[in-house]
Amino acid sequence: MSQFAINLIFVGASFALYIGIAIWARAGSTSDFYAASRGVNPVVNGAATAADWMSAASFISMAGLIAAVGYGNSTFLMGWTGGYVLLAMLLAPYLRKFGRFTVPDFIGDRFYSQTARLVAVISLLVMSITYVIGQMTGAGVAFSRFLEVDNTTGLLIASGVVFIYAVLGGMKGITYTQLAQYCVLIIAYTIPAVFISLNLTGNPLPQLGLFSTHTESGQPLLQTLNEVMMELGFNDYTGNHGSTFNMVLFTMSLMIGTAGLPHVIIRFFTVPKVADARTSAGWALVFIALLYTVAPAVGAMARLNIITTLWPDGIQGEPLSFEERPDWMHNWEQTGLLRFEDKNGDGLIQYYNAANPPQRAIDEGWEGNEMVLFNNDILVLANPEIAQLPGWVIGLIAAGGLAAALSTAAGLLLAISSAVSHDLIKKMINPGISEKGELLAARISMAFAIALATYLGLNPPGFAAQVVALAFGLAAASLFPAIMLGIFSKKMNSTGAIVGMLVGLLSTVLYIFTYLGWFFIPGTNMLPNTPDNWLFGISPLSFGTVGAILNFAAAYITLSFTKEAPAEIQELVESIRVPKGAGAAVDH
Amino acid sequence: MSDKSTDAYWKANVRIITICMVIWALVSFGFGIVLRPLLAGIPVGGTDLGFWFAQQGSILTFIVLIFFYRSYMNRLDREFGVEE
Repeated sequence: MSQFAINLIFVGASFALYIGIAIWARAGSTSDFYAASRGVNPVVNGAATAADWMSAASFISMAGLIAAVGYGNSTFLMGWTGGYVLLAMLLAPYLRKFGRFTVPDFIGDRFYSQTARLVAVISLLVMSITYVIGQMTGAGVAFSRFLEVDNTTGLLIASGVVFIYAVLGGMKGITYTQLAQYCVLIIAYTIPAVFISLNLTGNPLPQLGLFSTHTESGQPLLQTLNEVMMELGFNDYTGNHGSTFNMVLFTMSLMIGTAGLPHVIIRFFTVPKVADARTSAGWALVFIALLYTVAPAVGAMARLNIITTLWPDGIQGEPLSFEERPDWMHNWEQTGLLRFEDKNGDGLIQYYNAANPPQRAIDEGWEGNEMVLFNNDILVLANPEIAQLPGWVIGLIAAGGLAAALSTAAGLLLAISSAVSHDLIKKMINPGISEKGELLAARISMAFAIALATYLGLNPPGFAAQVVALAFGLAAASLFPAIMLGIFSKKMNSTGAIVGMLVGLLSTVLYIFTYLGWFFIPGTNMLPNTPDNWLFGISPLSFGTVGAILNFAAAYITLSFTKEAPAEIQELVESIRVPKGAGAAVDH
Repeated sequence: MSDKSTDAYWKANVRIITICMVIWALVSFGFGIVLRPLLAGIPVGGTDLGFWFAQQGSILTFIVLIFFYRSYMNRLDREFGVEE
């Protein structure tokens, strides 16, 4: 059977499963549509949260990001998991107790202000829409590589499938498809990782393999990797070669950004009890960790594999010749994500760091690094081919990459559509709308959100690569502090919260645009994006932490010269601090 | 439930959250980043303990922290009679 047929079977079967679930889990009420009637088992919700959270970026790009830099990119591993501790202790249980459907709903009611609600809706829409673009383009890439259709067709198929289960089932349909998608993506990620770990170290657990002895060299794998990388003129893999200060700030931004992302928070509205929200956060992190502890092993091992493929006899031996390069390289060169260039015309591939060339390169007069392009995303997608695994593993990776992109897209689309139908339409424009009318409005908003996401996926704005930084920065600087203040500061009033959110939001957006260009349009940045120009050396990507601090500070300063929150709001805050009586608030 | 015991429940909650947050910061920002040079002497599979914390240990500690907090709070909820 051809590889194409295998991929088609795997992807087709997984899609049929998702649609089957959608038909079984149709939503009959707004409570179904927004929160799966709060009847989701906490472990199931943990798995659904893991799929909701782990996007195309986690599945496809993260291992490659770590492989490219080594230790310095551990920020993603700590940042994208540490946020769950914040969620479990600072946000999720109290928001579940409050018992509403959306994040702006909490902010609007707690700060007794339609302005606060509107600011929250706007930040939610900006961050979720920017985030969803990445998922749609990710799905398009996976389709075009594995199913040999063009990008547009791939994207249309993907949005068609999301349309069916998200519009039909709302949160209920999304929850159970996310559970299935988690299973698909974790199996797809783990199998090649186990094989590559067995190949290199003899240890089937990649988490242990990373710190085990490399069978071929007889010394620890990471030591071998450090040695070969330094021989080629690169920095060693395990060393710290960046700014420690920015590493701390960036990790913190990712952590509080994660905790402030509405599509993650609303997953915790689906469990029956407050105690379940805590349990669910724990299980979510267990399921996430199954991928996140494997990713650094995949990164290091694949990096070593690629270097030894290009230098089969070591840096002093003969490099790989163009003629004999393996099939997976041919395949990926066709996608434009991998490119070689025989600069010195000797028919061999010299791969090294031309900025810091090894002695041999100078002695023999090499004319530059000949692997001129290696896109980070190849690492995970080509992993089964690099490790020479059977065709069905490649089919599995195709289904897994699509599961990761679609599950996150669905969660984001639900956050977008519920903010529109519940917060804008029901709570602001037309409070008299019937339950049926609101459910219809939710479905129509969902359809519009999918159409918009598809359009943006087909015509990605030039800044697609930067938007994830923006989404995390905004979540960290606007929503996270506002929600936390709403729970932990009884006296915080509406003026304080609104001023805080605006200060956090605007300072972060301004700082990012100053260095990356207004609306990311190249050439419109006011200062060059280099460490010398950064304010106190803070990278624009790490600014979310500063924005959050400014938000807190502005809120407290404003509170100090305005009246504290009214007595009934302070009582409301006291009631969300204790689990008892969560049921009563549901249909408020 | 009286206001007094609500206050005591909340204080106990904030106290345990603070303790968990200190450990949360220590394993990630501490051992994984800022304090890594101090752990450089402890070898782990070709590198040092700080690298292990940055790529594995902090994540595992986070899981333990959440489940510890969950059981602690379940007990506290019952003690104060505020469980559902």
